[in-house]
Amino acid sequence: LPRAAPRPCPAAGVSQVTVRDALNQALDEELERDERVFLLGEEVAQYDGAYKISRGLWKKYGDKRVIDTPISEMGFTGIAVGAAMAGLRPVCEFMTFNFSMQAIDQVINSAAKTCYMSAGSIAVPIVFRGPNGASAGVAAQHSQCFAAWYGHCPGLKVVSPWSSEDAKGLLKASVRDDNPVVMLENELLYGVPFEMSEQAQSKDFVVPIGKAKIERQGTHVTLVSHSRPVGHCLEAAAVLAKEGVECEVINLRTIRPMDIETVEASVVKTNHLVTVEGGWPQFGVGAEICARIMEGSAFNYLDAPAVRVTGADVPMPYAKILEDNCLPQVKDIIFAVKKTLNI
Amino acid sequence: MRKMLLAVLSRVLQGPAAAAGRTASRVMVASRNYADFATEATFEIKKCDLHRLEEGPSTTVVMTREEGLHYYKTMQTIRRMELKSDQLYKQKIIRGFCHLYDGQEACCVGLEVAIKPTDHVITAYRAHGFTYARGVPVREILAELTGRKGGCVKGKGGSMHMYTKNFYGGNGIVGAQVPLGAGIALACKYFGKNEVCLTLYGDGAANQGQIFETYNMAALWKLPCIFICENNRYGMGTSVERAAASTDYYKRGDFIPGLRASTTPAFFEGGWKWGDGPILMELQTYRYHGHSMSDPGISYRTREEIQEVRSKSDPITLLKDRMVNNNLASIEELKEIDVAVRKEIEEAAQFATTDPEPPLEELGNHIYSNEPPFEVRGPNQWIRYKSVS
Repeated sequence: LPRAAPRPCPAAGVSQVTVRDALNQALDEELERDERVFLLGEEVAQYDGAYKISRGLWKKYGDKRVIDTPISEMGFTGIAVGAAMAGLRPVCEFMTFNFSMQAIDQVINSAAKTCYMSAGSIAVPIVFRGPNGASAGVAAQHSQCFAAWYGHCPGLKVVSPWSSEDAKGLLKASVRDDNPVVMLENELLYGVPFEMSEQAQSKDFVVPIGKAKIERQGTHVTLVSHSRPVGHCLEAAAVLAKEGVECEVINLRTIRPMDIETVEASVVKTNHLVTVEGGWPQFGVGAEICARIMEGSAFNYLDAPAVRVTGADVPMPYAKILEDNCLPQVKDIIFAVKKTLNI
Repeated sequence: MRKMLLAVLSRVLQGPAAAAGRTASRVMVASRNYADFATEATFEIKKCDLHRLEEGPSTTVVMTREEGLHYYKTMQTIRRMELKSDQLYKQKIIRGFCHLYDGQEACCVGLEVAIKPTDHVITAYRAHGFTYARGVPVREILAELTGRKGGCVKGKGGSMHMYTKNFYGGNGIVGAQVPLGAGIALACKYFGKNEVCLTLYGDGAANQGQIFETYNMAALWKLPCIFICENNRYGMGTSVERAAASTDYYKRGDFIPGLRASTTPAFFEGGWKWGDGPILMELQTYRYHGHSMSDPGISYRTREEIQEVRSKSDPITLLKDRMVNNNLASIEELKEIDVAVRKEIEEAAQFATTDPEPPLEELGNHIYSNEPPFEVRGPNQWIRYKSVS
């Protein structure tokens, strides 16, 4: 299928669009739509973005709307949050979310909690975005997944796109949301093309925050995932289908507020649950899903304990063979499904 | 471009009386017609220390009778409000942290007069004075301290998290408010409305790394951010000499022009204008209370030192002396103001101790802004609270 050209794109019908281009389109459209929206971060302007997500935007919108910052995460994140408190709508890029740890006080104590502390009088309409989780060979300090850390905190919304449609729709929704949103992208997905419908390519296409998507219908087991592992789940499902096992694959899309209802409805149908994530197991996204399933109506429909597939409980090593085995692979998902189904 | 009046902060800053040597002449008269007062008086004040500035504020300042009365009343209100808070805290009606501002009143009063209501202010946790100066009534401040629904943020914030229009708190994390303030200044520049943001921090926070990151970006992008270091000589229990390799806080912005003011009236007009970028001002001041209510404030400084500041450099006393000596007001008139202030504080305290606590339903509210209602989990899965924006 032909790749979609960058905007303006008069595609009639479905096109293949990479996640990178989808994010770029979203930023372009939102910058155009609302002049209070601006982008700041390291290398976002003249370098076109460390990962080229903001390619062309500085040329089009100039210094006021696309701002290169010095390497000062705590400082520029605080500046972005202050700007949001005073009525602007910043998109604050972290080159990777590993660097957000330097600024995490501003994300949590200044952004997430202010609406509550001020009894609603100060809104913080900000988006924090950037690549999250493992990449390829970048080792321990550059591979951490922050879904559980940010997902833990009331006052934040946390989204985690997988496909191009997710990326574009969730970024647009995040920019339009009046609350602090953490958008956890994935560097390995940036170059991956996905089909996008005509509707998904339109300027007003948003994906609602807080709603999961069923990517594949199934009857025997529910696979719940977010970000890149959603793709692995679909691959595992294709393999298992040949053996007569039909997996229902749920793409969470949003970590907080989590759409547990969609998961529950699926578990009621399939009676088996496997969660899949790239982050570490302890206190992770899967742990939260399992706890909530136990607390809810779906527990009585489980025919086996819920099972988690996660990143290995170690800092990420460098050597390829080690790194490959620190992340959930298709075979690990298949193994977990078969264990759960006792086959 | 508008001229920035860094005036009055100055007006009433404490420090050794500039008019040293002038004795207070107490000429008592039986009755006094207000027409007998002077409309204004001129004062000579100490020069500011300057950093990368050619010219500092003028050392000659004029204060009108109205201005003086306004400063007096405002400072006295803050003083009595803080002392009332001390009392309520000791009665355990105020809980948690309580950082009192008594002794430093001149700073917030002077700054507020120098800016417009449309300008912006952000400070750290010693914020009650600024909250009042920015327009929140005493009763709403005290009711917030006592955690009642009539508090300025409905009891959700407490001492360190009070807000109002163009006042962004009240911030608990030392130094975090400084980048926020520069961000507010960025918005001011972005919107092009000639507004500024006063970004305050203390001598303790002055060593925070994020402040230096902020200096850099504020200067680089010429943000209309006025950094103000309230140097009260102690960061919690650590004196400035023990915390900072350089205690010249007005110079710590390096490439940012700075000035240090310690005595009364400094009137800065024309030297700095909107569009020039940031400026840094150090205000030398003093707090009578310890760092917070759990700190008696005498393990790291002497009672003698506190007493000396109180007797020689109290901003309210200094202002009173100046006004009386220059025939701007009478002692009786100022006493009447004292009585009125006490009454206001008593009534506010009465409200703050009788207003009900917020209803339990408030627990879940204001997690998000502009969001349809949703449910929030309580201490167990069966307890749910509704959250409205």
